[in-house]
Amino acid sequence: MGTLPTIRVALRALARNKMRSILTMLGIIIGVAAVIAMVGVGQGAQQQVQSQIAAMGSNMLFVSAGSVTRGGMRMGFGATKTLVYEDMTAILRECPSVAAAAPGSRSTGSVIFGNDNWSTQVIGTEPQYLDVRSWPMASGAMFTQNDVDTSSNVAVIGETVRKNLFGATDPVGQTIRFKNLPFKVTGVLDAKGQSAAMGDDQDDVVMIPISTLLKKITGESWLRFIVVSATSKDTSYAAQKQIEGLLRDRHRIRVGSDDDFQVRNLADMAALADQAGSIMTTLLAAVASVSLLVGGIGIMNIMLVSVTERTREIGIRMALGATEADVQKQFLIEAVVISLTGGIIGILLGVGASRLITQTLGWAILISPLAIVVAVVFSAAVGIFFGFYPAQKAARLDPIEALRYE
Amino acid sequence: MATMSNAQAQSPSAETNLQRLIQITDVHKYYELGETRVHALRGVSVVIERGDFVAIMGASGSGKSTFMNILGCLDKPSSGTYRLDDIEVSSYSKKELAGIRNRRIGFVFQGFNLLARTTAQENVELPTVYARMEPKQAAARALECLTLVGLGDRTDHMPSQLSGGQQQRVAIARALVNKPAILLADEPTGNLDSRTSVEIMGIIQQLNEQGLTIVLVTHESDVASFAKRKITFKDGRIRHDEAFPNPPSAGEVLRDMPEQED
Repeated sequence: MGTLPTIRVALRALARNKMRSILTMLGIIIGVAAVIAMVGVGQGAQQQVQSQIAAMGSNMLFVSAGSVTRGGMRMGFGATKTLVYEDMTAILRECPSVAAAAPGSRSTGSVIFGNDNWSTQVIGTEPQYLDVRSWPMASGAMFTQNDVDTSSNVAVIGETVRKNLFGATDPVGQTIRFKNLPFKVTGVLDAKGQSAAMGDDQDDVVMIPISTLLKKITGESWLRFIVVSATSKDTSYAAQKQIEGLLRDRHRIRVGSDDDFQVRNLADMAALADQAGSIMTTLLAAVASVSLLVGGIGIMNIMLVSVTERTREIGIRMALGATEADVQKQFLIEAVVISLTGGIIGILLGVGASRLITQTLGWAILISPLAIVVAVVFSAAVGIFFGFYPAQKAARLDPIEALRYE
Repeated sequence: MATMSNAQAQSPSAETNLQRLIQITDVHKYYELGETRVHALRGVSVVIERGDFVAIMGASGSGKSTFMNILGCLDKPSSGTYRLDDIEVSSYSKKELAGIRNRRIGFVFQGFNLLARTTAQENVELPTVYARMEPKQAAARALECLTLVGLGDRTDHMPSQLSGGQQQRVAIARALVNKPAILLADEPTGNLDSRTSVEIMGIIQQLNEQGLTIVLVTHESDVASFAKRKITFKDGRIRHDEAFPNPPSAGEVLRDMPEQED
């Protein structure tokens, strides 16, 4: 029997038991849809992380106050008081691969405007911070170096803070309160979204001059971090080495002792995030594959039922001249038609589900053509694998017995 | 047909071989049923000539079904030889036997054995699919066969829309579609009332008159009476083998039968 007529016979056999065929396909449909959507989520997240890191500028370095061991207990990063403003000026002065740098410290608490309040992070820094992070303003202007010099009560706010405190009101020129101090809002930062490395909301922030934060709020004299930009992407490792050497000198750290600071290179973070992303993708795909396997077992189950039900038909076909190979082919093609149809519906559903996830949750999803090809091949393979045993069972039937079967 | 012309060229008794469609010699068949061995055929030898109409009779357990299965190439003899159309088929593989069933043998069964939810036309075309006949040619041939059995106007009917007699006629058309050498009918009237039985026998007689060799298995003597030769089986052996050169015509019998009352 030719392949084309066999496919037609298979399609008709499936159409006769529509409900059963659909239920059988459901396993494969869900499996393939899950694989497509999950791999899409994984790859989308990975790509988003990469593009965010690229947007942040891969020549950015992050110097944070290090951990310190006190009485046998390791404190978190930022626990040391040794990173100071002079370190930053020294980095700018002595590291040839450094283009710009900005100091930073932070405090958290409620920011109040009118009757609304919003708990957020307040960062004290200098205007260059935005240049280093390549972070533009949405409206108004960044506070100036003069504001820093005079410890003015001025602030720029992130998009999340603006949304929650001001709503429709224009924040520029308004006054917000933080730790009982009034701050005049000079501008709103452009929305930046989640941070690539940590996943936290970067727009949930208020920035004020570093001098104002240290003198009027925290009362500290040391810095929590310094952001640095290297002269180019290629010099970021050189800049890292220069900064590490300089700070070890300045902090008088002996050879063999641990640093009391940490320099993180964005390229490293990108590699790390990429690794995490591919682990997540693999994991999601593995979980989704299990449902494909279950779907395949469902096909085998139904094909076995079908062979038993159609024993007489098989007997008739054999009596009329069907060879074992003809019968095997017929049932194998039927199984593949189920799994492949299920696979194609699954792909459509998976792409649809991905669109829905993108729209409702705002996750970026990447549907690669490779994932679709793999899904098609895999579902056909599932059909062949799980259809083989029932098809062989059908082909091995004795025509005399099969014709007598009631 | 190549084998036949070969046989003609090689065999000095080509004339007699041509007449002998089926030559079965000392065929035995055993079945192993657990510990016991069932001896279903105990040395059967028979020659059936081209154009004959043979009725095989016997009680159940007499070996007639086993004989029929071997004759139809659905089963192989345990020993002995079976030549069909001058081909030694007892040594054929399963695949080769499927080919023989497809092209040389037309089956008609007691239970009709049509594919459900499949039109008469498609049922008749089924053997042509395995013969890899051209679809257009197959459709034309199927229509020809359906017309021959008087169902040329019911080609798109499903088996469930046809009466028992009509279903059996579709089955006969299906048996004829690949132009077989022999028609094997296994209790073809077993599921039919007496009037329809005679109708079906009429069709079979007609086919025989056109030259088709028929082997009919039945346990009803009035059905067997339409055949030209009766072979009776008992205990795995041929008990009687009688010729009846002038059987009654089913068409005439039908004319004399009273019309159905309902």
